[in-house]
Amino acid sequence: MTDFLTSYVFSLDHKVIAKQYLFTGLLMALLGGLTALAIRLQLAYPGVEIFLLGEIRPGLYNSLVTNHGAIMVFWVAMPIMLGFFGNLLIPLMIGAPDMAFPRLNMLSYWTFFLSAVVLIASFFMPGGGAQSGWTAYPPLSAQGVPWGQATWLLAVALEFVSVLMGGINFMTTPLTMRAPGMDLFDMPILVWMEVVASFAFMLSVGPLIAGAVLLEMDLVFHTGFFLPEAGGDPLLWQHLFWFFGHPEVYVIFLPALGVVAEILPTFSRKTLFGYSMIVWSTFIAAVLSFIVWAHHQFISGMDPRLAMPFGLFTILISVPFAVIIFSYIATLWRGNITLPTPMLFSLGMLGLFLVGGCTGIPLGAYASDIYMHDTYFVVAHFHFTLFPSIFLGGVAGIYYWWPKMFGKKLNETLGQLHFWGTAVFFCWTFIPLFFVGIAGNQRRISDPTKFESLADVQYLHEWSTIGLYGLLISQLFFFAAMAFSLFDSKTVNSNPWKATTLEWLAPPVPGHGNFETVPSVHRPPYEFNHPDHAEKDYWPQWEED
Amino acid sequence: MLEWLPEQISTYGGQIDSILYVIYYVVGFWFLLAQGFLIGFVIWYWKRTGENEDVPYVPARRYSVMAVVLIPGAMVLGCDLAIDFWQESAWAHIKEHRPEAEKRVKITAKQFTWKFQYPGPDGEFDTEDDFRTHKELHVPADQNVVFHLTSRDVIHSFWVPTMRLKQDAVPGRTIKGWFNATKPGEYEIMCAELCGIGHGVMDGRLIVHKNDDYEKWRNKQITND
Repeated sequence: MTDFLTSYVFSLDHKVIAKQYLFTGLLMALLGGLTALAIRLQLAYPGVEIFLLGEIRPGLYNSLVTNHGAIMVFWVAMPIMLGFFGNLLIPLMIGAPDMAFPRLNMLSYWTFFLSAVVLIASFFMPGGGAQSGWTAYPPLSAQGVPWGQATWLLAVALEFVSVLMGGINFMTTPLTMRAPGMDLFDMPILVWMEVVASFAFMLSVGPLIAGAVLLEMDLVFHTGFFLPEAGGDPLLWQHLFWFFGHPEVYVIFLPALGVVAEILPTFSRKTLFGYSMIVWSTFIAAVLSFIVWAHHQFISGMDPRLAMPFGLFTILISVPFAVIIFSYIATLWRGNITLPTPMLFSLGMLGLFLVGGCTGIPLGAYASDIYMHDTYFVVAHFHFTLFPSIFLGGVAGIYYWWPKMFGKKLNETLGQLHFWGTAVFFCWTFIPLFFVGIAGNQRRISDPTKFESLADVQYLHEWSTIGLYGLLISQLFFFAAMAFSLFDSKTVNSNPWKATTLEWLAPPVPGHGNFETVPSVHRPPYEFNHPDHAEKDYWPQWEED
Repeated sequence: MLEWLPEQISTYGGQIDSILYVIYYVVGFWFLLAQGFLIGFVIWYWKRTGENEDVPYVPARRYSVMAVVLIPGAMVLGCDLAIDFWQESAWAHIKEHRPEAEKRVKITAKQFTWKFQYPGPDGEFDTEDDFRTHKELHVPADQNVVFHLTSRDVIHSFWVPTMRLKQDAVPGRTIKGWFNATKPGEYEIMCAELCGIGHGVMDGRLIVHKNDDYEKWRNKQITND
């Protein structure tokens, strides 16, 4: 019994902790997806009775919207993109036996688990769950349902503490525990992305934790930090929130770019185009992400002259990302491309993220943002950035590294069905919402039919809801593939994709300690079809000359 | 896709629409280009089994090779900056500068309605001759209306899609802005910022009168008071 507890529950092994993050994150994704379904059913067919929830009254609707956003960002994206990929791959990719601080790592997961429990508890508080949006703007968040809101804030704060503890490992481990021979610029891109994402998170979250404590005090002790009648300022919260909130977007997006950078070279049998350019672009983007936050607040009532600098930096941040994505596309040029499931998801991530990136321009251009702000155009835009990052980029990584976790590949046919269902129905769900937003439909209203000028777009709301059914049903292929692999007897060798980075040197399912002997590193990652190495088309980092 | 925009009835709405159109074409061009290369490469170089010796080794460690993506990157930067500087003047016109007020109105948002206060014959706010309306904002066509926007409880957002006008209403602050409606008629006012359980029913109407009709309506309000 104690064996079971120490190996699978309170484990210090980074790979077990990674799996705990992954499956907790996927369970929360199920919850987030079901809240999305309730929201979309209410929007398409206002007043409809929903299983278990009954009629969606406005208070419940606001609570669903609030928690859908919070769950997907803090309890799905963060554990999967940081907790799972960072934990599973940082030590393996740099040839280390574990994280620098394994106990802190375990504490990080269990704090995360606690935060998820507190979040779910917040639904059942007297007066119902939090209703003020995932951004929790006061004074709204400081009135109404104090217990639900206070518990929700506590859950968010706990989640941040968890990521802070994990982040210490993500920063120290790659900087101090690399295998002999591995320079910083020999690290796989994914490791860089996790490091930069952790720095961005750690440096931005402080003000928001402080803000959350102040807001909690406004709620519980009736202070007035954000309440104008007590001399406070509601806009202060928005600055604290978005100073964190914008780097947070990149905390989710950078690991997805990292996953794609690992997968593209492997399945085009070609070295990554412009490794150092990609790393430097990432640094630039991370620095810029700290000075763009007020683009969420162009019409918030802050001094309108501030729009110019924040708009300019916002527009500038598109350039490093353009360079990274162009480099990825250049990697494909004259490669020998195959399209197994991880590659399909990676390409899908790039293609669909382009839609999200491009539709950010009319929002960053602050004059057109006067019209687009707080409409469904914004909703569609950020779903096109976050969904491809997590559910295409992240899922690509799950398919790609599943053999390293369980010694088997996920079923290819189910994977292909999962990809096409997800990509097609995702577009089906969210492309109509661009049109809905352009027609002027504001966000977070529970019944668009109350406005006569929105009568023309109601059928698009119905389309979008039908698309969501398809999107959710497509995920059954994913669950089927995972269940199927439990019973699959076909195991793989340690390097099933013929890749070049160190995690593929470790045994198929590495034990605690990862490597039989300490690996040494002889060359950069992604050396495919190298002219000095004719015997096979890949040249792993660990092979001697 | 921009044909989904609602009818446009303010002096500056056309500027915003033209910015949207320019962004649509410029960004659309780059989107199609990038997507074309992405999809094109995948189709073109898919399953070239047996031609492995063709795969070039291009790590792009030299600037001359990096130029393949740095030059398009610089062109993206150029387009971005051009859009940014070009739209700046529209923003300054709408949000930073205010023309001389021909009519003035105080807008107060509260959960979950809009209140409008107009100065009486003395031209001053908060004097005895002020008159008020509820949920209906009456303005004359083709006149510069300066508004003083505030909120009594939480943050709301004054949103008139047909005028391309949106401005948050923040408790504790009075935010000034302006508009000039060009076409008489009735238009919807919405709240664009989540403000509680009534957010989705917080509507109002903008009633743009022809000049004479407005004066008639105004005189009636003054004598009624």
